[in-house]
Amino acid sequence: MKKILEGSRAIAETVRNIGIDVISAYPITPQTHIVEDLAKLKADGEADYEYIRTESEFAAMSVLIGAAATGARTYTATSSQGLLLMTEVLFNAAGMRLPIVMTDANRAISGPINIWNDQQDAVTMRDAGWIMLYGEDNQETCDLHILAYKIAEKCLIPVVVNLDGFVLTHTVEQVDIAEAKLIKKYLPAFKATEKLDVKNPLTFGAFVTPGQYMEIRQELHDDLRASKKVMAREMLDFKKIFGRKLSLVEYYGAKDADTVVVAMGSVLGTIKEAVDELNKVGKKVGVVKISSLRPFPAEELLKLIGSKKQILVIDKSVSLGEEGILSGEIRRSFYGQSKAKIVGAIMGLGGRDITKEMIKQTIVTAKKTNEQTIFVGK
Amino acid sequence: MKILLTAKPGTTSLVKTGNWRESHYPEIDHEKCIGCGQCELACPEGICFKTGEQNSKGKFFYEKDLDYCKGCGICAEVCPVKAITMREEKK
Repeated sequence: MKKILEGSRAIAETVRNIGIDVISAYPITPQTHIVEDLAKLKADGEADYEYIRTESEFAAMSVLIGAAATGARTYTATSSQGLLLMTEVLFNAAGMRLPIVMTDANRAISGPINIWNDQQDAVTMRDAGWIMLYGEDNQETCDLHILAYKIAEKCLIPVVVNLDGFVLTHTVEQVDIAEAKLIKKYLPAFKATEKLDVKNPLTFGAFVTPGQYMEIRQELHDDLRASKKVMAREMLDFKKIFGRKLSLVEYYGAKDADTVVVAMGSVLGTIKEAVDELNKVGKKVGVVKISSLRPFPAEELLKLIGSKKQILVIDKSVSLGEEGILSGEIRRSFYGQSKAKIVGAIMGLGGRDITKEMIKQTIVTAKKTNEQTIFVGK
Repeated sequence: MKILLTAKPGTTSLVKTGNWRESHYPEIDHEKCIGCGQCELACPEGICFKTGEQNSKGKFFYEKDLDYCKGCGICAEVCPVKAITMREEKK
């Protein structure tokens, strides 16, 4: 049903419709409205999940590990410092192959303390073994949540769905909220092959010696890589049932572009506007949206824009002392296989606005610069 | 996912953790042993055990289980009659 509502509310209603067994969370700006709305739905008798408000994010994720091990479908949401606090547990969730789904309302990391949006928080968990998805707008973010459960439960790998804090979580726009009945058609009930059961005791997260550890880690690595194929297939299925397109990478703009901008998240809307205006005056510019940081669509990107002259990657995060996370990913994926000049622009840290004019200007700057990474603040 | 990540209860003992032992293992001189059981009490891994057999002096002597011994040497330290010697292990 189409509704005009806040991004957080849209996610909460979608999560409720997905049919969750256990939600455990701790509030943090700008994620708060999501878990507040989920608590309210439960309190108002409009949802039947167990809602556990823990004393910290570390505990929230730990509760979900226990719940997921019993075969329950689980959910949490967090942001920034909260995500950092649960880091240790995130690695365990992936290593134990529990299909937990989490929303991360992307926010800057302290210090200095800052509650506004950038994407530094989630990239710190890039190597935790989770699938990492990024929504451009509230509709896509809601849709990615439905997809997330499908992939998580098929691949037995947890999924984090990222959306830009405030920019999306606190923005009111139209979202078609998928009905529970329709979701059920796409996403059957989760049946764990192994679960905690008092009648048939099992140890989860058992200790392993050097004799077993490596193979288990390699299997997670291999399965995470293979999840890209599963995702591509599930995205097609998603369109059949919900009528909306999801994709690992999406191209927008002039077909014969020699310059391409690459980004993740809500900034894509602004970039598309800038690209439209540049295309109108005959500039050959395009933009690529990346929806998945893990698994990374390296081959897909190479096929799509490997032959371009100039690639400008806009990052709302930075591996301090080196470069933006996304530009680094693209540089390694393109190494030896593309002649494109790749420039990474760090923009929008700590909630700094990214305007159309800044993007247009940065496209020009990127052509001239000899630097691999530039900071663009105005 | 093909590797089974769960374990049945009581299966820990199937993992012979003795291969973590770094360099030394205990050797018990059965003739010197007085059967006091101090080694069994002190061992953090519970690998010193009463064999039920007697030496020439009629003492029920102790033995070690190297399948789980980590080679810490506490048994040798607490033995009141120095019946336990830590020997260098060549792997």
